[in-house]
Amino acid sequence: MIGRLLLLGASGVLMITTLALIFLWVPTDIVLGISQRIFYFHVPMALVAFLAFGVVVVGSIGYLWKKSERMDALAYAAAEIGVLFTSLMLITGMLWAKPVWGVWWTWSPQLTTSLILWFIYTAYLMLRSYAPQGDQGARYGAVLGIIGFVDVPIVYMAAKWWRDVHPEAVVGPLAEEGSLEGKMVVAFLLALLTFITLFAYLLTERYSLRRQESQVERLLYSHA
Amino acid sequence: MSNMPLEPVRPNTSRPVPWWTPVLAILWKDVLLESRTREMVVPILVFSFLVIVVFNFVIDPNPRLVAAVAPGVLWVAFTFAGMLGLNRSFAMEKERGGIEGLMLCPVGRDLVYLGKMLGTFMFILIVEFIMLPVFAAIFNLPLLEPGLWIITVLATFGFAAVGATFSAMAVNTRAREILLPILFFPIAVPVIIAAAEATRAVLAGDSIGDYSRWLQLMAAFDVVFVVIAAMTFDFVLGE
Repeated sequence: MIGRLLLLGASGVLMITTLALIFLWVPTDIVLGISQRIFYFHVPMALVAFLAFGVVVVGSIGYLWKKSERMDALAYAAAEIGVLFTSLMLITGMLWAKPVWGVWWTWSPQLTTSLILWFIYTAYLMLRSYAPQGDQGARYGAVLGIIGFVDVPIVYMAAKWWRDVHPEAVVGPLAEEGSLEGKMVVAFLLALLTFITLFAYLLTERYSLRRQESQVERLLYSHA
Repeated sequence: MSNMPLEPVRPNTSRPVPWWTPVLAILWKDVLLESRTREMVVPILVFSFLVIVVFNFVIDPNPRLVAAVAPGVLWVAFTFAGMLGLNRSFAMEKERGGIEGLMLCPVGRDLVYLGKMLGTFMFILIVEFIMLPVFAAIFNLPLLEPGLWIITVLATFGFAAVGATFSAMAVNTRAREILLPILFFPIAVPVIIAAAEATRAVLAGDSIGDYSRWLQLMAAFDVVFVVIAAMTFDFVLGE
């Protein structure tokens, strides 16, 4: 409980600091202009989403292996947060792409894979809410968690080759990683730390809520 | 015949039962069921024919456009047809309490999976093999290329490999008809892309070397997911 409050406080302070750095301190990018500032949110969100899906597969394997309800609660909590951050990543990406590339969406391998990732884990959440509660739903979720994780590199491969066949005309200036200036690196790393802290807070919060839910369920069944 | 498919598996037999005997027994059960009920191949065949006909109306069927959209139309029809086949695969077990029977089989769950998967694969493939010449005739395309049949086999195997697992899950959920495609399509995206692209290459008259990487991608997908699905099927069926 104390740990969660500390995490919440830390993410709040970090978020305000990050915002101050992004809007008041970091220099504006010469090529991309003001729109580049969205990267300090967009990229950490993407990384946190991948981290979350990594936690889903760890929790899924852990559940099938140890039959521990804790592992399932962890996987479920991480999947929810992963879908949330993937949605935010897609939205911030589109907001950035419109002024710079001139289009909301383009079928680059990264965008295609992110979108499919979003579909896979949205399906995971739907499966969990439509499947029977308890052990059966948890097993289904775990199997999908593993299949989905293995599928992602294959999707990326297919999307990459598919793009080779259908090259697109409109691609504006791309952000080169090497072009980051010193202050930008600091702001980026702080933003990353902020989002990882926020992720840790949301994960522990959602995890303990999930544990309480199953406890309530058990109590209901034992009195029925 | 020593491995008669319907011969009961005796626990105390001195000779160990080869692994394919239960797989073939489950496959044979589905073939027998299909031969008596005809609930799978014929409806799916009619449905995929309808999809192609409807597509014919929504696109302008002039020869140049047809060549451009044909791979897409073909694979939309086949994916939907596969979807229906997957839905039936475990729905029919559910309706008649067959799942309990499968779960009581004194064989590994991976073999139950293989039997059901091969049955679904076979029925969808039969539909597709009948539809290919029909499609060729309607769109006036050279669809009788050998490459196309290989693509169809590889893609359908991939559909059945992941689809059998999802079908077994979806029958035990609420809103199962809608949940199955939502589970299935995102995972099957690589196969759909590969099949459509390879078909495009075949129709353009490319040699097999030009699209062999798509075949390799589908083959890799098939192998990876058959192994994962067989390993995890025990958890899908449960106790």
